[in-house]
Amino acid sequence: MHDSLATEPTPAVEEALGASRPAARASAPPLISARGLTKRFDDFTAVDGIDFEVAPGEAFGFLGPNGAGKTSTMRMIGCTSPVSDGELRILDMDPRRQGPQIRSRLGVVPQQDTLDNELTVRENLLIYGRYFGLPREECARRADELLDFVQLADRGKDLVEPLSGGMKRRLTIARSLINEPSLMLLDEPTTGLDPQARHLLWDRLYRLKQRGVTLVLTTHYMDEAEQLCDRLVVMDKAKIVAEGSPQQLIQRYSTREVAEFRFLPGVQETLDGKLDGLASRIEKLPDRVLLYADDGEEVVMAARERGIHPEAVLVRRSTLEDVFLRLTGRSLVD
Amino acid sequence: MSSFLDAREPAGIGRVPPLAPSWSTIGRVIEHRAMLYRRTFRASLFASFGVPLLFLTAMGLGLGGYVDQNPDPTLEGLTYLQFLAPGLLAATVMQAGSFEAAFPILGGLQWNKIFHAMFATPIRAADIAYGNIVWIALRLTLIATVFAIVIVGFGASRSPLLVLAIPVAVLTGLSFSTPLMAFTATQRTPDKFAAIFRFGITPLFLFSGTFYPIENLPEIVRPIAWVSPLWHGVDACRMLMLDTVGRDPLLFTIHIGVLVALAGTGAAFAARTFEARLVRG
Ligand SMILES: Nc1ncnc2c1ncn2[C@@H]1O[C@H](COP(=O)(O)OP(=O)(O)O)[C@@H](O)[C@H]1O
Ligand SMILES: [Mg+2]
Repeated sequence: MHDSLATEPTPAVEEALGASRPAARASAPPLISARGLTKRFDDFTAVDGIDFEVAPGEAFGFLGPNGAGKTSTMRMIGCTSPVSDGELRILDMDPRRQGPQIRSRLGVVPQQDTLDNELTVRENLLIYGRYFGLPREECARRADELLDFVQLADRGKDLVEPLSGGMKRRLTIARSLINEPSLMLLDEPTTGLDPQARHLLWDRLYRLKQRGVTLVLTTHYMDEAEQLCDRLVVMDKAKIVAEGSPQQLIQRYSTREVAEFRFLPGVQETLDGKLDGLASRIEKLPDRVLLYADDGEEVVMAARERGIHPEAVLVRRSTLEDVFLRLTGRSLVD
Repeated sequence: MSSFLDAREPAGIGRVPPLAPSWSTIGRVIEHRAMLYRRTFRASLFASFGVPLLFLTAMGLGLGGYVDQNPDPTLEGLTYLQFLAPGLLAATVMQAGSFEAAFPILGGLQWNKIFHAMFATPIRAADIAYGNIVWIALRLTLIATVFAIVIVGFGASRSPLLVLAIPVAVLTGLSFSTPLMAFTATQRTPDKFAAIFRFGITPLFLFSGTFYPIENLPEIVRPIAWVSPLWHGVDACRMLMLDTVGRDPLLFTIHIGVLVALAGTGAAFAARTFEARLVRG
C-alpha cells in the first residue's frame, strides 16, 4: 500500500456526466434520505427544511460557505444532534430511536479533531475499535492495516500531540474506518491544510471511494467538491440552492468558459455599459470582471475590437465557484 | 492476505447489529481511562502513599503528641492519631473525588474532546457519564486502600472494620464527584473550579470534623457540618475505625443514606448534563 502518490485523483470524466453511478446503485434503497430536514437552535434556524438522498457507493457533497448549516446537517446524520423537524432516515433506521445502532455503522471525521493527545497514534485506533465492541486482536489487526493505509505506520508508537495537522487528519480518517463503516461522514476533511497535505488526503479518500465506501462530505472548497463528489448540493443560508453532479451544475448554472478581466484601480468603474453584450452573463467583482461564454477567447477578441484593454486577462473553464456566485451573488470563500 | 479494506460492493442497508448492553459500553469508557492511566500509574501510586504519610506524621504524631495531653474520657486510651486517621481518610478521598470530577472531565468535553469522539460511536452520553463515575470510584478505591495500609502502618486503627471504612470513604468521594461532574458538563472553561475549591471544598475540609469533633465548633457554625456530606463520611469512617457503630446504629445508617442519596442523585444529573452537552457540541 506504499505506492507513490503520483496517482492524482481524477475527477469523473465529463462524458460520464450524470452516469457516474452504475445503474444498479441507482435502484438500491438510499443510505440516507432527508425530507424537510430542519435544525433549530432556540429560535435560530441553522438548517431549514432540506431534502436529499444519498445512494450506496456514492460520494455526496455539501458545498457551502461558513455558517451555511453543513456541520449542523452532518451532526444530525451522525445521530449526535437531534432532528428539530422533518424526516431523516439513515441506513433505513430512525435516528430518534436507533442512534447507537446507526452510529455503530458510521465512520465520522468531525470538523475539529477529537483525538486523544495523551495516547499514541496506534492506541487511538485501538481504543476507538473497542468503542465499537471489536475484540482486541481484531482492533490490533485493523489498526496496523489502517496505519499503513494512511501512511502513518512509522508513527504508530508516537504520541498524537506533535503530529502535523495533515497527519492528525489522516489518523482521524483511519480511526473512522476501524469499524468498517457503511457510510463515512467527513466534515471539512482538508480545511486548514497546506496543498500537499490536502492532495495526500484526497488521494486516500479517492481510494476509499473506489473501494465502494459511501462518502458524505462537506467542504467550502470548490476544487475539493469537484475532485471528490459524484453529486453535491450547494448550501447557502440553511437551504439547498442547487443539486447535481459538478459537471451538471456547471452546465446548468454557468457557461463552459469564463474570461476574467482585471483593470488598473479606478478603470473598472469607468467602463459602464462598454462590456454589455460581450458575453452571455457578466459579473462585476470588486477586483475583476467575469465574462461568461462558451468560448472565452472570442470574448477577449471582441473586447479588444471595442477598444477595451484590461491590465490582465485570464480565460479558464467554469468551476463550482462560478456556480455559487451565480446562485448566491457571493463568493464561496471570503 | 485479504484485507478488511479490500474492494467490495458498496455497503447497502444491511443487517442491524444488536444494541450492546449498557454495561459493556460503560466498560469501554472505563477501558479508555485505564489506558491513559497506565502512563501515570507509578507516579500516581507514589503520591497516594505520600499524602497519608505526610499528614499522619505531621498532624497525627506531631500535633497529636500535643493534643493527647487532654484525652477523650469516653474512649479509653484513644490517641489523636486514631481520632484523626478516619477523618483524613474520608477528607483525602473527597478531595481526590472532587478533582477527578473537574479537570479531567472538562478535558474530555472541551479540550481534547475525546468524549465527543466516543459519542460518535455506539456509546451513549449516559454510558460516558457512568463510565467516568465507575472509573473515579476505582481510582478512589486505590487511594483509600493505600491510605488504609498507611493507617495500619501507623498503628492508628482500633478495629478491623477499617476494611469497611474503605468503601465508605469511596462513597464519600463519590458524593462529591457525581454532583460536581454534573456541573462540569455545563462548563466550557475551568474558571469556576477555583471558586468551588476555595469556597466549597476547603471549608468543608476544615469544618467537617476531620481534625476535631464538631461539638468543639461554635454553635452557629455547627450546621455547616451537619449538611456537609464530608461530615457524614468522616463520622461514618470514624465509627467504623473506633468500633462505635453499635453506640448509634441509626446515625450510622443516616450517614450512609445521605452519601448514597447524594452520589446517586449526582449520577442521574450527570447523565443528563452529559447528554445535553454532547448533543450541543
Ligand atoms: N450548538 C449551536 N448552538 C447555536 N447555534 C449554532 C450551534 N451550532 C451551529 N450554530 C449556528 O448555526 C449556523 C450554521 O452553523 P454550521 O452548521 O456549523 O455551519 P457550517 O458548518 O456550514 O459552517 C451558524 O450560524 C452557527 O452559528
Ligand atoms: Mg462546519
